[in-house]
Amino acid sequence: MRPYKVYAIKHGTVIDHIDSGNALKVVKILKLDEYDQIVTVGIGLESKKMGKKDIVKIENKSLTKTELNKIALIAPHATINIIQEFKVAQKFEVALPQFMENLIKCPNPQCISRNEDIYSKFYKHSLNPLKVRCHYCERVFDSFSLI
Amino acid sequence: MGREREIDFLHRDIISINDFSKDEIVYVLESAKAFEHMRKPILKDSVLGVLFFEPSTRTRLSFESAMAQLGGKTIGFADPLVSSSTKGESLLDTVKIVSGYCDAIVIRHPLEGSARLAAEASEIPVINGGDGANQHPTQTLLDLYTIKKCQGRISGLNIAMVGDLKYGRTVHSLACALSKFGCRLYFVSPESLKIPKHIIDDLQNSETEYSEHKEVGEVIKECDIVYMTRIQKERFPDPAEYERIAHTYAIEKDVFREAKPTMKIMHPLPRVSEIPKDIDDSEHAYYFEQAANGLVVRKALLALILGGVK
Ligand SMILES: [Zn+2]
Repeated sequence: MRPYKVYAIKHGTVIDHIDSGNALKVVKILKLDEYDQIVTVGIGLESKKMGKKDIVKIENKSLTKTELNKIALIAPHATINIIQEFKVAQKFEVALPQFMENLIKCPNPQCISRNEDIYSKFYKHSLNPLKVRCHYCERVFDSFSLI
Repeated sequence: MGREREIDFLHRDIISINDFSKDEIVYVLESAKAFEHMRKPILKDSVLGVLFFEPSTRTRLSFESAMAQLGGKTIGFADPLVSSSTKGESLLDTVKIVSGYCDAIVIRHPLEGSARLAAEASEIPVINGGDGANQHPTQTLLDLYTIKKCQGRISGLNIAMVGDLKYGRTVHSLACALSKFGCRLYFVSPESLKIPKHIIDDLQNSETEYSEHKEVGEVIKECDIVYMTRIQKERFPDPAEYERIAHTYAIEKDVFREAKPTMKIMHPLPRVSEIPKDIDDSEHAYYFEQAANGLVVRKALLALILGGVK
């Protein structure tokens, strides 16, 4: 195995075990392209658990509950490492909640949630593959299609 | 031993057939029998708000007649041009205001999920009279009632659905409901109007037996019910292609020779050319009875949710 080098960060968050190919979607959904500090993206790294994986390191940032749920939508196997003074202070896996309010926009333009001033509501529909169901129009969407 | 939840429809919203358990569907169908010829003022002091943000004359008349036959009153509008929605009032506001004037609301609206939202905004029960391509639960219940009435049961029947299975919300909801009753389903459609994958996924999850076909002749021998649907012209960019498909998926008297004598043809109506008029007096034709059953089922639902019956 060819060793890879992604330099360590002092403070911040490492999102590990992102399904390979989805790192840029994570960047997009967290709006990290507008973030004013260093973000390191690794794509196609080797992983014992997943074969290939992506990784995103964000300096000096901790994630909100909403951001964690958004990550769970596109990287359901992701592990979050919270780094303090170059050490992993906390480590946990993301988990999509059964019910999500105001997290994502319904992709169906005919959905009432797109036409009235209300929060979107979604349910977790299935885990493998990850699908969510709109509370209003009842349509089921592949979670990857939401980004 | 777990006690089953007692079925009670008082003040309940009727939004989606997916909200119903099999037992609840059976309960509504059983309750409806008593309403076949009922004209009693059991809803004498009740007012139904009829909010139709898009026209659907048959559904509206059926609700208005149901209410009238049970002694109740209806208020509302049948045309979005006269409603306040053209003045930019939100659906939420309209529903909140109207729910102060009546005891239940039936809403028809072109956007999907509108009835669910209306129910959230309303203090009184809401019935979905059709929300775009999503749901039309009273149609599904009247279809099930019709099947039960003409065949004596629903469980284990062989049911073919013919025509536009891609866009037809009626067949989607009906297929999902029938999967709760262990029916064998046959989907007969042109390639371009096949039943969507998400419905097939649901059927596979519920271990429902089904197959897909190109012509109704392939399955007619097996069928207890042939559920016809309208193939809409606007689905076809090429008028010649529409003509060809519409002709192929029209039912002909010839195919009845192989059918069971008890086989019935259903159709949510209105029809175009898929059922020729000369079939209307055949013993297999059952679509006008089906339409009449809409009144029976809607009377039953109104009585159940407004407390006209226990
Ligand atoms: Zn939706």
